[in-house]
Amino acid sequence: MFHLIVFLPLIGFLIAGLFGRSIGAKASEYLTTGLLYVSAVLSWIAFFDFGLGHEEAMVVPVMTWMNVGSLAVDWSFRIDTLTVVMLVVVNTVSALVHTYSIGYMHHDPHRPRFFAYLSLFTFAMLMLVTSNNLVQMFFGWEGVGLASYLLIGFWYKKPSANAAAMKAFIVNRVGDFGFALGIFGIFLLFGSVNFDTIFANARQFDPAGDIDFFGYAVPAATAITATCLLLFMGAMGKSAQVPLHTWLPDAMEGPTPVSALIHAATMVTAGVVMVARLSPIFELSTTALVVVTVVGAITAFFAATVGLVQNDIKRVIAYSTCSQLGYMFVALGVGAYGAAIFHLFTHAFFKALLFLGAGSVIHAVSDEQDMRYMGGLRKHIPATYWMMIIGTIALTGVGIPFTMIGTAGFFSKDIVIETAFASHSVVSTFAFVMLVIAACFTSFYSWRLIFMTFHGTPRATADVMHHVHESPWVMLAPLFVLAAGALFAGVLFKEFFYGHEYAEFWKEALFVAGGNELLEEFHHVPAWVALSPFIAMIVGLLVAYWFYIRSPGMPKALAQSQSGLYKFLLNKWYFDELYDFLFVRPAMWLGRFLWKRGDGTVIDGMGPDGISARVVDITNRVVRLQSGYLYHYAFAMLIGVAALVTWMMLGSAL
Amino acid sequence: MTDWPILSLVTFLPILGALMIALIRDDDEGYGRRNIRNVALLVTVVTFLLSLVIWIRFDNGYAGFQMEEEIAWLGGNIGYRMGVDGISMLFVILTTFLMPICIIASWRAIEHRLKEYMIAFLVLEALMIGVFCALDLVLFYVFFEAGLIPMFLIIGVWGGKRRVYASFKFFLYTLLGSVLMLLAIMAMYGMAGTTDIRELLAYDFPAEMQTWLWLAFFASFAVKMPMWPVHTWLPDAHVEAPTAGSVLLAGILLKMGGYGFLRFSLPMFPDASVFFQPMVMALSVVAIVYTSLVALMQEDMKKLIAYSSVAHMGYVTMGIFAFNEWGVQGAIFQMLSHGLVSGALFLCVGVVYDRMHTREIAAYGGLVNNMPKYAVAFLILTMANVGLPGTSGFVGEFLTLLGTFQTQPWYAAIATLGVILSAAYALWLYRRVVYGKLDKESLKGLVDLSSRERFILYPLVALVILFGVWPMPIFDVMAASVDQLLNEIERAVSDGAQAAALLQR
Repeated sequence: MFHLIVFLPLIGFLIAGLFGRSIGAKASEYLTTGLLYVSAVLSWIAFFDFGLGHEEAMVVPVMTWMNVGSLAVDWSFRIDTLTVVMLVVVNTVSALVHTYSIGYMHHDPHRPRFFAYLSLFTFAMLMLVTSNNLVQMFFGWEGVGLASYLLIGFWYKKPSANAAAMKAFIVNRVGDFGFALGIFGIFLLFGSVNFDTIFANARQFDPAGDIDFFGYAVPAATAITATCLLLFMGAMGKSAQVPLHTWLPDAMEGPTPVSALIHAATMVTAGVVMVARLSPIFELSTTALVVVTVVGAITAFFAATVGLVQNDIKRVIAYSTCSQLGYMFVALGVGAYGAAIFHLFTHAFFKALLFLGAGSVIHAVSDEQDMRYMGGLRKHIPATYWMMIIGTIALTGVGIPFTMIGTAGFFSKDIVIETAFASHSVVSTFAFVMLVIAACFTSFYSWRLIFMTFHGTPRATADVMHHVHESPWVMLAPLFVLAAGALFAGVLFKEFFYGHEYAEFWKEALFVAGGNELLEEFHHVPAWVALSPFIAMIVGLLVAYWFYIRSPGMPKALAQSQSGLYKFLLNKWYFDELYDFLFVRPAMWLGRFLWKRGDGTVIDGMGPDGISARVVDITNRVVRLQSGYLYHYAFAMLIGVAALVTWMMLGSAL
Repeated sequence: MTDWPILSLVTFLPILGALMIALIRDDDEGYGRRNIRNVALLVTVVTFLLSLVIWIRFDNGYAGFQMEEEIAWLGGNIGYRMGVDGISMLFVILTTFLMPICIIASWRAIEHRLKEYMIAFLVLEALMIGVFCALDLVLFYVFFEAGLIPMFLIIGVWGGKRRVYASFKFFLYTLLGSVLMLLAIMAMYGMAGTTDIRELLAYDFPAEMQTWLWLAFFASFAVKMPMWPVHTWLPDAHVEAPTAGSVLLAGILLKMGGYGFLRFSLPMFPDASVFFQPMVMALSVVAIVYTSLVALMQEDMKKLIAYSSVAHMGYVTMGIFAFNEWGVQGAIFQMLSHGLVSGALFLCVGVVYDRMHTREIAAYGGLVNNMPKYAVAFLILTMANVGLPGTSGFVGEFLTLLGTFQTQPWYAAIATLGVILSAAYALWLYRRVVYGKLDKESLKGLVDLSSRERFILYPLVALVILFGVWPMPIFDVMAASVDQLLNEIERAVSDGAQAAALLQR
């Protein structure tokens, strides 16, 4: 069964990719989508068996990959609750996005290629989440990176899309640099890259012992911390955490279904999955967990601030994704792994919903993405409007505190915020404050998006407004399914992911060090803590309402009076400019310098070219000696004889 | 058939083919030319098929040399001795596999002096196979050096505009290193009284002598590799060489340096190898970072790939001098993989060069629009060059880095920067050549891969993916021999350490 789940998308990719031209676009679409539905159904069956049911976790072998010395790497699937949760998320969203794309990409001449890439992505993502060792995880990790590169650059005629695709790949490679070193470190410390062996060794790990690491004898705890941080660097790249987040907003150059699938619901959560999967190792290092928490909290806050002022509808949602991923990392950092995966799970539904809804809007207004040229669309596309509303209330976490009534985000986000407060981490207060502020901002920009897009007077040209139309059923149906998830996934699964059924549900999949009683403690936070995200959400909503419905002149006036701050936020805190100055330009300068000066002047100049020039020089001089006059030669001979005689006489005397 | 001298057969079959071609008259009617091409192709294909017999008959479990042949030559101490082990065997297969591809790649590209061209290639093939089969130091040296001549001619006669400069640079650089190696060979003969590699492997050279011998061999291999800072001949040679010449240069000739380290430097001079380990590591790491940065700024497609080759060879030397299974097996794998990947990348450049007669990156752009098949093949090879898991490029890079990290983490950490830089230069090249709008008038008439081009590129692409997903057939061949090599080094070094400790007492 697991072979089918993972390899059906690969088969879809191969058929659509190799024979897409001959079988035609329609056949490619239906084939890839159909295979994905089979995978999705099987994933849900697995979820009921292994997650909700009582099947034991297991490893499904496929074949040997590398077997070199004591390094043994197999292709295999690790099936436990974490895996089946991710299978469900990936395959469900992917199947829906495939369906949606049939409508959204209707006019594109390269549909077989598009669907092939989507299936390739799904396959790589499945290899990532099912991996039983770090190297296969790295395979999936880079595989999704490749698919992401191909899909961002799908419209290859657009220079901006090509630039964004390259940027995504290279920034991710910076993260992978850390990931790769982390793998080497794990192999050094535990002598294996297989999860079972690593975890078994981690349990007996003595943090006090000394080991040789990077040429220094350091306490094992330090080595573990360094390794965890390197691995986390990979997670930061893939999950777009500050300071490796810059690629995600640019990735919005890709077609919108791609943004929903890859850059919201699945790929960007790979970092969260990785840290959760490696929880037995991360639990060994308090320092690493503190770093995870701080990075997550900063990202949640930072991305939310940038989201406040963006005008591109997709970029607003992209920053929102970035910010929500920060929430997940905070949960991971305080040791509430279940809460992080819970938020990942619900987020997949409502964020995919928001992106696909945004796609439906963009589709309606003739590919316009700037919200300043939208407005007043509510009446024209009501189904999309209501789906976006559902996405928004789920994202902002609408619900009634202290009851079981609420959207998916209400449960998962509140759990994250409460665990952040309840945790004993040294940065728990900082994380809590950041997350509550971010919650307020989230509410503001989400409602700002709704108000700017659907309410008020239309700002698009009459021509565009004339063409506004509701999307076809093939696009709306996936929205309805996701909306159901966005509304009910929270209340249905709360107890399993982070509640009374926790132990029963996760079994051995997640590991929390002894003494971490968060699961119990977060229920007993003060009432004001439990209320704070709710209040933050209401404040954000009211401000947005005031700014964009009641007095629409307000935002402009505020932007003018605070122009410095506004520019700072609009330009995303100048990260791109900073990196360009710090890395891109110096690398190019250095490359040119080493080429022209290093290779050209120094190596060739001193080496072959220099030597040949000297040889020519010397021969020229030697040529001048041959004057042709007999008496010159006779004179030279005479001197020679004299020298020889002198030497013989002196030499014999000595 | 089992007692045939299979290695000699494979080695000298191409010479036979060259003789046959020499007898064909190179006329303008076309028949002669057709015959020349057909004979060359036939001979290389038969050689390849025959070489597969070597792989079939090869015993993976045996660490020593197999299929040995021995004939007295030059008076007994020096002999004609052939044999392969797990380290050398696959290089033979790689050579014979790439040759038919080179012949087909030159099918239409070469019009001028076709007969001599094919003869040069066949002779070169024989000499390259000989290098990997030779079990006698002098025989090795003969093959190793003689290979320079056909390559010198291929660059110098059928090359581009600056071919004379490039061919002389290539020749002088490599010759300079070899002279020192010859001196070392004479010294070794003087001490051990034989040039039989098997006996030399068992002979313990005194430690102080090892240093000098190691340095002499190093001079030759480092240039061949090429290692930084003696790499500058390679970009020039590649740029000027005809496509097939570049394929062989990158695919096989560069591997002789790495092979030399494994066959001579490590097992014969273990103490010196350990002593010089930091230097080699440092040079390798510099090569990886330095040439990757330089590759970033190249304006010529071939030069860019040539610089990236230097960087990839940096992983090889680093892995070899990590002295553990992961490093050494990874290095051998990296060499084989690089033979396929860089060979195929040069073929990709050749495809567009044949159409446009320029290698300047700026002259291209938007090729995906009218050459989709080319774009896909080029993409997969680019990804293999970047070291994407699932391609053969990853396996070698990963293992060499992993192996190095276990003993020299700082070097490994800096070398890992290469994964970022390689992504930058390779993707940038791909973007500038393949992506974008098809604006340039001159490019609008380009047609996609012809069936001949598909026939040579697709198998390479398929192998790159196959060995990326399932590299075990390769590792199985080399594991036993590499283990033995490492045990030898360990034994020698610990003996040396004990002796030193005794002396100090």
